[in-house]
Amino acid sequence: MTRAGSVAVVGAGIHAFGRFDGLSAMDQAEVAVRAALADAGVAWADVDLAVGGSNESGKPDTLVSRLGLTGVPFVTVRNGCATGGVALATAAQALRAGDAELALVVGFDKHGRGAFGSSPASYGLGDWYGEAGLMVTTQYFALKARRYLHEHGIGEEALARVAAKAFRNAASHPYAWRRKPLSEQEILAAAPVNPPLTQYMFCSPNEGAVALVLARGDRAADLCARPVTLASVALRSRRFGSFEVFSPWLTPRGRTSPSVDAAAAAFARAGVAPSDVAVAQLQDTDSGAEIIHLAETGLCADGEQDELLATGATEVGGRLPVNTDGGCLACGEPVGASGLRQVHEVVRQLQGRAPGAQVPGDPRVGFTHVYGAPGISACAVLTRE
Amino acid sequence: MSARPVDPALFHGSGDPPVLAGSRCADDGTVVFPAQASCPRCSARDVERVALPDRGVLWSWTVQHFRPRPPFRQDGEEFVPFAVGYVDLGDVVVEARLVLDPATDPDRLRIGMPMRLCVVPLWSEADGDVVGHAFAPDEAAA
Repeated sequence: MTRAGSVAVVGAGIHAFGRFDGLSAMDQAEVAVRAALADAGVAWADVDLAVGGSNESGKPDTLVSRLGLTGVPFVTVRNGCATGGVALATAAQALRAGDAELALVVGFDKHGRGAFGSSPASYGLGDWYGEAGLMVTTQYFALKARRYLHEHGIGEEALARVAAKAFRNAASHPYAWRRKPLSEQEILAAAPVNPPLTQYMFCSPNEGAVALVLARGDRAADLCARPVTLASVALRSRRFGSFEVFSPWLTPRGRTSPSVDAAAAAFARAGVAPSDVAVAQLQDTDSGAEIIHLAETGLCADGEQDELLATGATEVGGRLPVNTDGGCLACGEPVGASGLRQVHEVVRQLQGRAPGAQVPGDPRVGFTHVYGAPGISACAVLTRE
Repeated sequence: MSARPVDPALFHGSGDPPVLAGSRCADDGTVVFPAQASCPRCSARDVERVALPDRGVLWSWTVQHFRPRPPFRQDGEEFVPFAVGYVDLGDVVVEARLVLDPATDPDRLRIGMPMRLCVVPLWSEADGDVVGHAFAPDEAAA
């Protein structure tokens, strides 16, 4: 049973992630929306709130011209890699507040090849930062990973284990992009991008779309045979002491992260402990990020990751399956859709109908985590009773 | 100096020898780089411009193996990889280019090794090099 006042995911739809010549981001978004509506058994006209996110592929609210001009309030969000999580939080707040009964959340993007470029001025930095070659997101991930591995005694082979797991999980997943399994040796020996990270330890910007239909808990059981409760979703920006992308300086004292704060808030509000989580999707922009985020979200202690990875604990059949669809590393990252992909995968895992490998043992508690520039995180706890 | 700093605001005084310019909050002592007009920790606007130490220890490092997008500038058609890192100066950890002895390679870099401030030519113009701040292994302290 789902409670009145709670929020449930009653429909989910996805357009596969990858590169699709001739298909626009809006084309892919429409596919995902229609799939989500069909999954929930509702019509677009039944939706009384829509929230959409895209980082660079058009205005989400223009989707009404394809879906139907119903007059629905349509909110657009744009929060970098955390866009999907913020879209989810926005819709959930409106449902809990009683401002809507049936909400559609959609995220999509279509990025060109290669790492993102960024303008120093848009981040409040002087041109010197870009001219000197410091305005590179992949550098940040490498610098943070190297420091974290050093502080917690984790070997660089852990980075390869994370990537190998991602491609292994993606191999059987119909919506994933890079589905060719790679050995840890192949990953370590691949071209260096920013040491200690090689080319297969980074996700790539690509294309895709995801949509979800959310309902207030009192309506969920009527709409969905196996509704998944969105037990909580929490959003945080950075506090003093966090280490973020595009930082010309850091404080030498203390270290925190918006992921720490968002995860703690999400677990507290849901009333579940990290140890209850049966399946988790974590922001794995690079291999190091998955390792760091495991600890920042409270799913393990700092330094415990080496053993978790070496013993297979984070595999689909392990005690803490992480990124069961291959995560960003294997799915790629269409920024607006990425956080909702995590929710799509967790919902399907909790419903027992995972598109790829199913987590065994009837999982009841799932967790999602996105993190993005310039220091923002959104976490969600999903449960099935 | 014949070389021109990529941004004079990064440096304290004449720039020769190079000294980095940060700012210190009069209320809580937070030091940041480059200097800014308010404290990001307590939001106070009572901050003073300070010269940062020219020696520290390597906090983390990597090597840039692909050409960054504009506004990155480097002479020549073929991209030459370069090292970057963070150096702990005590009150603040500063991000910078790292300059390596041509005879050495990045594998010699170690977290915690002593580093010393210098400048690195970023690109050249008709009247001289444009330089940025950098750190090099401090052989004297090693």
